[in-house]
Amino acid sequence: MYRILEKKDLNNEVVYMKVDAPAVAKKCEPGQFIILRVNETGERIPLTIEDYDRNEGWVSIIFQKVGKSTYLLGTLEQGDYILDFVGPLGIASHTENMNRVCVIGGGLGCAIAFPQAKKLFRKGAHVDIIAGFRNKSLVILEEEMKSNSTNYYLMTDDGSAGEKGLVTAKLKELIEGGSNYDTVIAVGPVIMMKFVSLLTKEYGIKTIVSMNPIMIDGTGMCGGCRLTVDGQTKFACVDGPDFDGHKVDFDGVLQRLSMYKEKENHKCNLFRGIE
Amino acid sequence: MAKVNMTPVKTKMPEQDPNIRNGNFLEVTTGYTPQMAYDEAMRCLNCKHKPCVAGCPVNIDIPNFIQSVTQGNIEEAYEIITRTNSLPAICGRVCPQESQCELPCVRGIKGEPVAIGRLERYVADYMLAKDNFTTDVTKPATKKNKKIAIVGSGPSGLAAASDLCDMGYDVTIFEALHKAGGVLVYGIPEFRLPKSIVEKEIERLKTKGVNIELNMVIGKTISIEELHDNEGFEAVFVGTGAGLPNFMNIPGENLNGVYSANEFLTRVNLMKAYDPSYDTPIYFGSHVAVVGGGNVAMDAARAAKRLGAEHVSIVYRRSEQEMPARVEEVHHAKEEGINFHLLTNPTQILGEKGWVKGMECVKMQLSDPGTDGRRRPVVIPGSEYILDTTSVIIAIGTSPNPLIKSTTNGLDTNKWGCIIADTETGQTSIPYIFAGGDVVTGAATVILAMGAGKKAAAAIDKYLDK
Repeated sequence: MYRILEKKDLNNEVVYMKVDAPAVAKKCEPGQFIILRVNETGERIPLTIEDYDRNEGWVSIIFQKVGKSTYLLGTLEQGDYILDFVGPLGIASHTENMNRVCVIGGGLGCAIAFPQAKKLFRKGAHVDIIAGFRNKSLVILEEEMKSNSTNYYLMTDDGSAGEKGLVTAKLKELIEGGSNYDTVIAVGPVIMMKFVSLLTKEYGIKTIVSMNPIMIDGTGMCGGCRLTVDGQTKFACVDGPDFDGHKVDFDGVLQRLSMYKEKENHKCNLFRGIE
Repeated sequence: MAKVNMTPVKTKMPEQDPNIRNGNFLEVTTGYTPQMAYDEAMRCLNCKHKPCVAGCPVNIDIPNFIQSVTQGNIEEAYEIITRTNSLPAICGRVCPQESQCELPCVRGIKGEPVAIGRLERYVADYMLAKDNFTTDVTKPATKKNKKIAIVGSGPSGLAAASDLCDMGYDVTIFEALHKAGGVLVYGIPEFRLPKSIVEKEIERLKTKGVNIELNMVIGKTISIEELHDNEGFEAVFVGTGAGLPNFMNIPGENLNGVYSANEFLTRVNLMKAYDPSYDTPIYFGSHVAVVGGGNVAMDAARAAKRLGAEHVSIVYRRSEQEMPARVEEVHHAKEEGINFHLLTNPTQILGEKGWVKGMECVKMQLSDPGTDGRRRPVVIPGSEYILDTTSVIIAIGTSPNPLIKSTTNGLDTNKWGCIIADTETGQTSIPYIFAGGDVVTGAATVILAMGAGKKAAAAIDKYLDK
């Protein structure tokens, strides 16, 4: 059992939780994830580690309430326990040879991109962050990202906060403006990562994306998280979650993510009492 | 002394009607009654040279326990079995007795061999049903005050843990998943091995003093080297199995509706997708094609049928004779309405809007036996056809997970990724690390893994005694 030390609603949909998990905190690095199970009948859900403290023995996660399992997780409060919490899983993000980096976070992807941006910035790299959201009410981690980057650009679809427009428009503007990035890190909706990768390919800038597909065990056992990278089948849980954005078959990933959409909506609506 | 029962056939095992059981997840076979067990035990000739004992990978004193059954002394029979086999209720159900203990049985020469597996199960179930089964255990007399880590809680790990605990070691099992049992809980379905049995056996181990730590991925949460260098574990047994699913590398394998058997069975068994109170989703549509001919393929096909798939087919590239699955499982699958497409090999999975809608197959024929005596399947030119299906489950085998190898410096593996270990002791290229079961042999059976766990336990004791 893993105790929730702190819980904050970052907005209506997104929740922050700090969880007592000393074994995970001792070993984890930015880019790795955990798998948790809220209760006996719950699913195993993978969530990226947002931050950690090895001495205090905690790991924090940020998640969006999108399906039944994440809504259920969102009902837990400080002092409650999560039944299972295992990790750190996946390969930690590489931060070597990254000196001029643009980190792009789309929505909840900001929570996943943040620890990497922070690590790079503290190592002395030039880090520009482009954070994109649908609207003002969904903005998360604004202060944290500002204080851990060289420049912070906030974009919203409707212009209700920051600039109006897509993250790719801002990225193009920065590249054209001579930012001279050696690496772009993009984390967010698959469709966003696809278009960022298409854009950076034109300029020949190395691009790392982080995949968060359907998985069960997170140790290479089920193969549910498989995706095609450079024509080869890879497992996001053990070969990733980071991959070269210029080699990922994003359309294949989008298709596999839709597998349980219908069932998920149904269960989620039942859970939330929506007919 | 009563006369030997000379009936040439085994006492029939009661089982659920095929057309009822293919709609539920209850156990297929329901077990012998005391009378049936007595009748079957009386078929044993109690012969002097005991060929059955040599056929058993853990050398259970079979004639002796069967004699105890004839005398109605089931507790004594259990004591005899558990001298060498710590998990009889499981082995009685899933061992391939027909190719092990029952194969050389003298009664098999003119008729069917003695149903050793069914008797083993009867004895174990009799004890398991007692209220104090999980609490009434003999704790080791003397403690050695030495810590041993077991990686993985499958058959080999459980067997090693049990023996080492009996010897007086402090044993901790580390399990990556949220439930202990390894393949016994994620792989083998409820209808063949009820999970309550696995739970009871594990409860009993815990009472004996074995410590089990769940949600610990060795190599990620903590490495073997750290267990040894920092945590005081003087020896480590690796029984991590063969958990990595093989795919066929044919077009269409990443379509929605294509599962590895591991994923499908884990959703059903560990995550209980068949139970509506669980949140686990599963998709298969009306037609399920399972590729492969082993026990895992049969398990996946029969589970799909039980979940409500209308048409379930096994697609296997050789003929029935070459099927690696147990004869009993193939027989049960057929009874339950599973179709068999033999001498058939998939060439691509066809999709529509990202979902499976069919599978292109070719017919095969077997070549003349080669120098190794094996008949290879060869494609019949022009035999392509399309099998209607809405989902595909790939059950063509598994390989060892590379996680331990990639996080343990100096641990040698062979070209298939299996850990290289001494066949007698299980010792690896790193002296304090021992290994056994599927991670060494590649996918094999529960009892072989248990045998390896026991051998390693004895070797670890010797190693630490030095």
